[in-house]
Amino acid sequence: MWLTRPLRERSTQLFLGVLFAALVVVTFLHLFTPQDSALHVSAYTVTLLGKYLCYALLAVAVDLVWGYLGILSLGHGAFFALGGYAMGMYLMRQIGDRGVYGDPILPDFMVFLNWQELPWFWHGFDMAWFAFIMVLLAPGLLALVFGFLAFRSRVTGVYLSIITQALTFALMLAFFRNEMGFGGNNGLTDFKDILGFNLRTDATRLGLFIATGIALAIGYVICRGIVTSKLGRVSVACRDAEARTRFLGYRVERVQLFVFVVSAMLAGVAGALYVPQVGIINPSEFSPLFSIEVVVWVALGGRATLYGAVIGAILVNYAKTVFTGIMPDAWLFALGGLFVLVTVFLPKGIAGLLFRRRKTDDTGNTPDAQEATA
Amino acid sequence: MSIIRSLTLLFIALISLLSLPATAQENDPGRALLINLAEAPASKVEEAVNAIVSSGDKRARGWLEAYGNNRLSRIKDTGQVVLVLNNRGRDWEIADPLTGENMGEMSRRELDRVAINNRIRGQLEGILAMLDLNAADPDVREASAQDMMGKVDASLVEPLEAQLEREENASVRNRIEEALAIYRVSEGNPEAIDVLAGSLHPRARAALNDAVRGDDPALADRATKALESIEQKLKLNRAAETLYFGLSLGSVLVLAAIGLAITFGVMGVINMAHGELIMLGAYTTWGMQQLLPGQPGLALILSIPAGFMVAATAGIIIERSVIQHLKGRPLETLLATFGISLILQQLVRTVISPQNRTVVTPDWMSGSLVINDALSLTLNRLYVLAFALIVFAALMLIMRKTRLGLEVRAVTQNRAMARSMGIRATRVDIMTFALGSGVAGLAGVALSQLTNVGPNLGQNYIIDSFMVVVFGGVGNLWGTLIAGLSLGTINQLLEPWAGAVLAKIIVLVFIILFIQKRPKGLFPQKGRAAEG
Repeated sequence: MWLTRPLRERSTQLFLGVLFAALVVVTFLHLFTPQDSALHVSAYTVTLLGKYLCYALLAVAVDLVWGYLGILSLGHGAFFALGGYAMGMYLMRQIGDRGVYGDPILPDFMVFLNWQELPWFWHGFDMAWFAFIMVLLAPGLLALVFGFLAFRSRVTGVYLSIITQALTFALMLAFFRNEMGFGGNNGLTDFKDILGFNLRTDATRLGLFIATGIALAIGYVICRGIVTSKLGRVSVACRDAEARTRFLGYRVERVQLFVFVVSAMLAGVAGALYVPQVGIINPSEFSPLFSIEVVVWVALGGRATLYGAVIGAILVNYAKTVFTGIMPDAWLFALGGLFVLVTVFLPKGIAGLLFRRRKTDDTGNTPDAQEATA
Repeated sequence: MSIIRSLTLLFIALISLLSLPATAQENDPGRALLINLAEAPASKVEEAVNAIVSSGDKRARGWLEAYGNNRLSRIKDTGQVVLVLNNRGRDWEIADPLTGENMGEMSRRELDRVAINNRIRGQLEGILAMLDLNAADPDVREASAQDMMGKVDASLVEPLEAQLEREENASVRNRIEEALAIYRVSEGNPEAIDVLAGSLHPRARAALNDAVRGDDPALADRATKALESIEQKLKLNRAAETLYFGLSLGSVLVLAAIGLAITFGVMGVINMAHGELIMLGAYTTWGMQQLLPGQPGLALILSIPAGFMVAATAGIIIERSVIQHLKGRPLETLLATFGISLILQQLVRTVISPQNRTVVTPDWMSGSLVINDALSLTLNRLYVLAFALIVFAALMLIMRKTRLGLEVRAVTQNRAMARSMGIRATRVDIMTFALGSGVAGLAGVALSQLTNVGPNLGQNYIIDSFMVVVFGGVGNLWGTLIAGLSLGTINQLLEPWAGAVLAKIIVLVFIILFIQKRPKGLFPQKGRAAEG
């Protein structure tokens, strides 16, 4: 089975081991150390780490399409945000009549904008199962339609990057409008509980953190499963020589579409887990800057390694937390510098640095270090 | 004794010298006119005013204005008519209406206001406009005739007709005729409707609308027809206006994108910092105006070469430090230049200010070109449109007619072959990138006249610029021009019913769909060079 194959790989076992160890250690330190101990992990830090894990899952999704399919998506933030909005709508409906205006049906922003009834696309979001399906379906459908059109007409390379960027930009403009019914530029916020658990308690936060860790593990295994399967081989073939793969008889656009949709759904899940932890979702998640930033996390960690994406996402976001804390103005300099340095001096990212000696591939693409050693 | 005598003589001579102007004043026909007005009984006031108007005296406007504002008074003792400059408090500041000379202050008890009746006050505006119809400057005459539209009453008809006889300027004549026709239509004269049928002035339309609603069915019928023809004309004008705004928006897009068309289209470098190069050009204009305070026009003209140089230099630095290391990896240049754009933005925020800067628009660029009552074109946009076309033409010449253009095309088509023919490809790269960046700087200079100059200026244009280049077909300057102009026009056409944001979204979605159909844009490159 393609999903169990990765579990027999040493690299995946190592990754999962490290991830679960981290989850256990954080949980232990949070629950069983005294508040004033130096080792204590506060609820704030747990949430912060949970946020990093969401970003890591998003980065894995981007790495899947960029590293293994050769599609540089500058619009994955759109899928992330759509998943986030689906979750946000569910959380919004859970508020019930506890909002500022106390309206049992309408969310606060709709009361504020004088809406009379719930728009049709909000129906069903009071049910958790429906919302969770939409978390996968909304980004998946967008990716399906967009990908179908793009891959069918063989839009590739730079052009695809630019139109994915235009896509997320257009969505950002749309979601900024109050008339869209998604809260305009304030987005959705003021959430109270999820599945009956109060979002403000430490236990729920810890639960969300663990859930994110598990989601990341599953997402990682799915991606590994895809890239080690025959499908994954074909997608790497598309990345390296699309025309040749097509001549060999493969339906390149189908492979591309499948991988793209899976990646978008993973991004949607990451967004859905992100929203209850940060407590807000607004259109800024659609900004092209965010989507490009994600690409740099992947580039920093190392393309086409998956675990590199996780390392990159966590490192950059940790740096961002530190930098914006001590000198907020310098953050953009640091981020900009990172973009330049990574692309010019570290084309294979940190993973490339780690495994430099085992390099066997001279095509300029990051070799799959584990495979080389296996 | 003789000393006293001569002193007396001198004194007399001085007195007579001083009274010379007084004698001149005695002969001034204005004095009689004013006294006539001041002394006229209520029934003769109109006659007195008309006498002043028909005298053709240049000072008449001032007198009548003062009269309407209750600032024409007589000194009780001498009977002299004076202008009251300031009638607050106990002492009023007065001036001679004939010479304009300030006569100091006088107690208000010593003055006697020249009475005005309400009928005259009501007509005074029209009368004053009549006076302006005598002005030497035809623009002033036209403006005053336009003022008069809708204000004509029975008392003005005759002088206006007389004026019409005298007037030689065609457009002033038209105005007077229209003003008269509005009055005549309101009086129920059907012939006058034909005069108004050609007019786009809102007052003419208002008069016709009144006629439609009036009691006279024949008149109403005729007015309806006239309104229809006006409506047709207005539609045309509105279409022309939309087209103009669309083209002007498009020319901005062309300016922003055409530098990209060179760096992206010709070199294959995706320069995400292009927007920030535009921003540098805009800040250069602002800086130039700080250096030359009070001379915005000169500063703007000097900014054109300066903006080009600043952006081109920045471009060379970017090319040498980053892009040359990323040959053949276009997606990586995208990331690296995006990093550069972040750095440049933050640099401007830190060094200059995160706030927007206002760039002054020189006088010769502000205002608008009035085509007719329904259509006027803002001058700054007209200049930008022309500037965009000039830049486009210049680039076209460079690419087609110069050695650099030839080398650029050779390197793009086959780098190895070009090098073996002795073309220094690296040098060509630098020059091309500098040229593209410099053009971005020029775009910034132009944009500074249309929008606020701030650190986010570039960001706002970068996605649009890429869209234009991709839509037009990469590497094709004509494609960029046509794509930019047509996208601007489409946007402008959509805006009235979709709103600005939605129009933009629709355009973006349109381009996304268009690229599905024609992945290489409107004018794809053909042949072997396109496969690279």
